[in-house]
Amino acid sequence: MSKYTKEQIYEKLEIIFRDLFDDDDITLSASTTADDIEDWDSLEHINMISAVESEFSMKFAMKEVSTMKNVGEMVDIIISRT
Amino acid sequence: MQILEYPFDSAYILKNKRSIKKELLSEGNFALTKKIAVLGGSTTSEIVKILELFLLNYGIKAQFYESEYNRYWQDACFENKEIEEFAPDIIFIHTSNRNLIKKDFSPSCTKEQIDAELSEQFEHFTQMWENIARVYKCPIIQNNFELPYYRLLGNADCSNIGGKTRYINELNRRFADFAQKHSSFYINDIAYLSASFGLEKWSDPYYWHMFKYALSVPAIPEFAFNVANIIKSIFGMNKKVLALDLDNTLWGGIVGDDGVSGIEIGQETPMSQVYSEFQSYIKSHKDLGIMLTVCSKNEHENAVAGLCHPQSVLSPDDFVVIKANWDPKDKNLVDTAEELNILPESIVFVDDNPAERAIARGQIAKMAIPEIEKVENYIKTIDRNGYFEVTSYSADDAKRVEMYKANAQRTQAQKRFENYEDYLLSLEMSAEILPFCELYLARITQLTNKSNQFNVTTKRYTIEQMNSVCADSNYVTLYGKLVDKFGDNGVVSVVIGNIKENALHIDLWLMSCRVLKRDVEYAMLDTLVSECRKRSISKIYGYYYPTAKNAMVRNLFGDFGFTLEQSDEQNNTVWSLDIADYENKNKVIKVN
Repeated sequence: MSKYTKEQIYEKLEIIFRDLFDDDDITLSASTTADDIEDWDSLEHINMISAVESEFSMKFAMKEVSTMKNVGEMVDIIISRT
Repeated sequence: MQILEYPFDSAYILKNKRSIKKELLSEGNFALTKKIAVLGGSTTSEIVKILELFLLNYGIKAQFYESEYNRYWQDACFENKEIEEFAPDIIFIHTSNRNLIKKDFSPSCTKEQIDAELSEQFEHFTQMWENIARVYKCPIIQNNFELPYYRLLGNADCSNIGGKTRYINELNRRFADFAQKHSSFYINDIAYLSASFGLEKWSDPYYWHMFKYALSVPAIPEFAFNVANIIKSIFGMNKKVLALDLDNTLWGGIVGDDGVSGIEIGQETPMSQVYSEFQSYIKSHKDLGIMLTVCSKNEHENAVAGLCHPQSVLSPDDFVVIKANWDPKDKNLVDTAEELNILPESIVFVDDNPAERAIARGQIAKMAIPEIEKVENYIKTIDRNGYFEVTSYSADDAKRVEMYKANAQRTQAQKRFENYEDYLLSLEMSAEILPFCELYLARITQLTNKSNQFNVTTKRYTIEQMNSVCADSNYVTLYGKLVDKFGDNGVVSVVIGNIKENALHIDLWLMSCRVLKRDVEYAMLDTLVSECRKRSISKIYGYYYPTAKNAMVRNLFGDFGFTLEQSDEQNNTVWSLDIADYENKNKVIKVN
């Protein structure tokens, strides 16, 4: 059982994304992908992953990072690991 | 800015780099503007962004040139108009043990073989450094090598002639010797830094395989800080003075209350030992030309008595100024600066009392005031802040003459490449260029969906779509896999063409930026043309759809010799090539 609810995770993720991409208008949903956020390219992707890992004190496996399709999948992994 | 001083919160810096940058820029008034070329053997993007912050914090506004991925050597060794025009003030070479030429470490290696390979590897670097000194005449900052993250031979890896650890230690020694003999050449000591950070975390292979970072992203702030310290030192922005509090800073206890015999200093107790070690550390700074002063709320005579403690390492004579009185410390610090004819910001103020630190910080902008915390951490905190980073740039000109003289002699002994083609040939490249096959389909799909720059149509495919394209005889598919003397680059290029009547329409043409300027695209085109001939196709149509990221292939088909057929308002272009007279373009890669 995760210590966070889905809503809490989305809330925390939004803060991370807003800081990282310096854009307070970012809102996230399960279907959000890199195409939806202007500065989210492969170089920023790693910073996002690192920031999420440190926020939730967990680690993604390489395989997960390579196959994650959207924010919803990331949230599912966070839930399963916290 | 305190968040950029050691000990800092790396995760916070990484996450908030944009807002930190804004804040630093809003402070304006930078002492220096400098141009820094970062030539990387691995990804440098985040490193540059974080380095920029630390430099801004030092009052250095930096512009950056970044080489393409792993193009450090070519950028430095061959004529490069872009860098020449950029005219760097500093060139930073970011390499790591991922860039070593030698890959096959084994106990069966002979000493002769290893020595020859070490020399080849070392000359790979010296040739580059000497070229930079000759062409750009600017200081070089060069990483040495972190130790390997695994040890094939276990502990013997450091002693056996074929051990990688031994090999790296030996190379590091040669780098150090070079630095010792050449001014304007500085080692960024990542061998030390990675050990201090924790090699296991530093070299986490995840970051290499995912994003080609040779060090883990969480290590980047410490790394960038280390580089920033060298840079600020080169430009003469080191601190000059250590202003020290006394009670509970240089000794334990309060001399005015406890008396000279009551303070903790000497070898009798653990606490007195730790203060003694700290005093020894402080005293050593005199040899670096750092001035020591006292800034203490005390009666002057008590302060001097404390320093005259028989076991005290420091004595009153070690200090150029002693301010022991009851005035506010910020006033004493400003007075000290005036007496020494330096700026207050050249002072490092060391005080165990957080309140005193906060007041001084509020009153004197840019003075360094480390958060020293516990006495056992005093040395670490001061040391890691790099206030007094030793470089000597000003005494440089005389030595530079020697450097040029030595270069001229070495040049003759070295193999050099007359032109770029010779260089490409020296890479001993061979490629496998074939129609898609099951084995590589996953990699082909992955590469297709993440390539943004060298990608003419930026068309994305699911693995299922790739499967059906692969099975459909109306398509010509090719993947390119490149091996060179440094290793196997894997699948690096993908082409898909759709056959309609006697023409081939290119749906997809992409390449990994890892292999830019290696002529892989020519080898791909040669093979594509021969595949077309097999199928009696006479004409190839190329399409370019511009995106924010793919400008580098705007004229790819033009370079190939295609003719521009049409162009619309969005600058989408269509190109064609009659392949009847096509002659192969690739001369440097052995195919299949």
